[in-house]
Amino acid sequence: MMMDAIIIENAFQEKIDRDLCIEPKDQMPEKYRLHLIRQMSQHAHSEVIGMQPEGNWITRAPSLRSKQILLAKIQDEGGHGLYLYSATETLGISREEMIEQLHSGKAKYANIFNYPSLNWADIGAIGWLVDGAAIVNQVSLQRTSYGPYARAMVRICKEESFHQRQGYEIMANMMKGSTEQKEMAQDAMNRWWWPALMMFGPHDSDSPNSGNAFIWKIKRQSNDVLRQRFIDKTVQQAELIGLTVPDKDLKWNEEKQCYDHGAIDWEEFNRVINGNGPCNKQRMDHHIKYHNEGAWVREAAAAYQKQINEFN
Amino acid sequence: MSTTDTQLDLWEVFIQSRPGSHYTHAGSVHASDNQMALQNARDIYTRRNEGTSIWVVPAKYVTASNPEDAGMFFDPSNDKMYRHPTFYKMPEGAKQI
Ligand SMILES: [Fe+2]
Ligand SMILES: [Fe+2]
Repeated sequence: MMMDAIIIENAFQEKIDRDLCIEPKDQMPEKYRLHLIRQMSQHAHSEVIGMQPEGNWITRAPSLRSKQILLAKIQDEGGHGLYLYSATETLGISREEMIEQLHSGKAKYANIFNYPSLNWADIGAIGWLVDGAAIVNQVSLQRTSYGPYARAMVRICKEESFHQRQGYEIMANMMKGSTEQKEMAQDAMNRWWWPALMMFGPHDSDSPNSGNAFIWKIKRQSNDVLRQRFIDKTVQQAELIGLTVPDKDLKWNEEKQCYDHGAIDWEEFNRVINGNGPCNKQRMDHHIKYHNEGAWVREAAAAYQKQINEFN
Repeated sequence: MSTTDTQLDLWEVFIQSRPGSHYTHAGSVHASDNQMALQNARDIYTRRNEGTSIWVVPAKYVTASNPEDAGMFFDPSNDKMYRHPTFYKMPEGAKQI
């Protein structure tokens, strides 16, 4: 038994080292499988929970145009959740188990969705900054070693391109508006900037899970590298429309050809991720409530399937 | 006059051309079982090393929409140009967005 495990692991690692992809029917070490289940289900949950702060503004979107756009964007996020749940199921975990892990708190979702969307400018900031940060991460994951995950990322990245643009368009329009509108946009920027930077996770120097993730090529670029990429492309966009990045230590580093940024408040990050953010309870209560209220739909679908199979 | 079918079942063949890429439809083969289907697919569709992996699926399990109904079938997405990034007006000079 032990011998077999070692042989499997060597063959697996050799494949990874040659930059080949792992497919569902391939043999893989148990730890790789579990690592992927944790990461991919968390990613799927994030897409789904992320619909809540935006859904909060559908009925109050300021125009029919913006309402249609917001609906389309949220619909995409639901789709992303489905791609990712399905890809995760190829690893031998059921949808029910994943939902159960979300509800019990065993599985996490992106911490950023524990913050509230207080006004319309937040919808702009979410699309521009939160989707913007997610895109940087997801572009990198297009080359992740597990085939179904990588392919889901390719599809998702294509669809994401409008998400960031619609958010930036909202911010740009507000920055052309009244003093109050400009203040709203800046206020949203102030509240979402730091949580967006935290989306990339802890600094490389204290990221406990990443060793294997790199060896197995699940992760291709480090948290700090991806965070830096996001900062470097976003600062110009902010300045162009007159927004100030809420970081007094932010400055261009001529030597390194990138921005230096101020210290991230990891205490806040830990506080929120451990359940004490402004909306943790609300997000989970909402998901559990609607999941339970939807039980009859699942039961009806199962009854229908049974009936169809009996008569065919 | 009826002829007995001696041609076995029809299987659809999907080939992954590079590691990690999508499996795309290549064609179909006849086979009695999944092993034969895989080997036939290999011999017929990958004689020049076209693939890193093959999927075979019994054709009877493929449900397809009718291209003639495409208009009606795909109609819900026709008037939603805002699903495309080009719909949005970016401020002049905005980079990497
Ligand atoms: Fe998404
Ligand atoms: Fe998105």
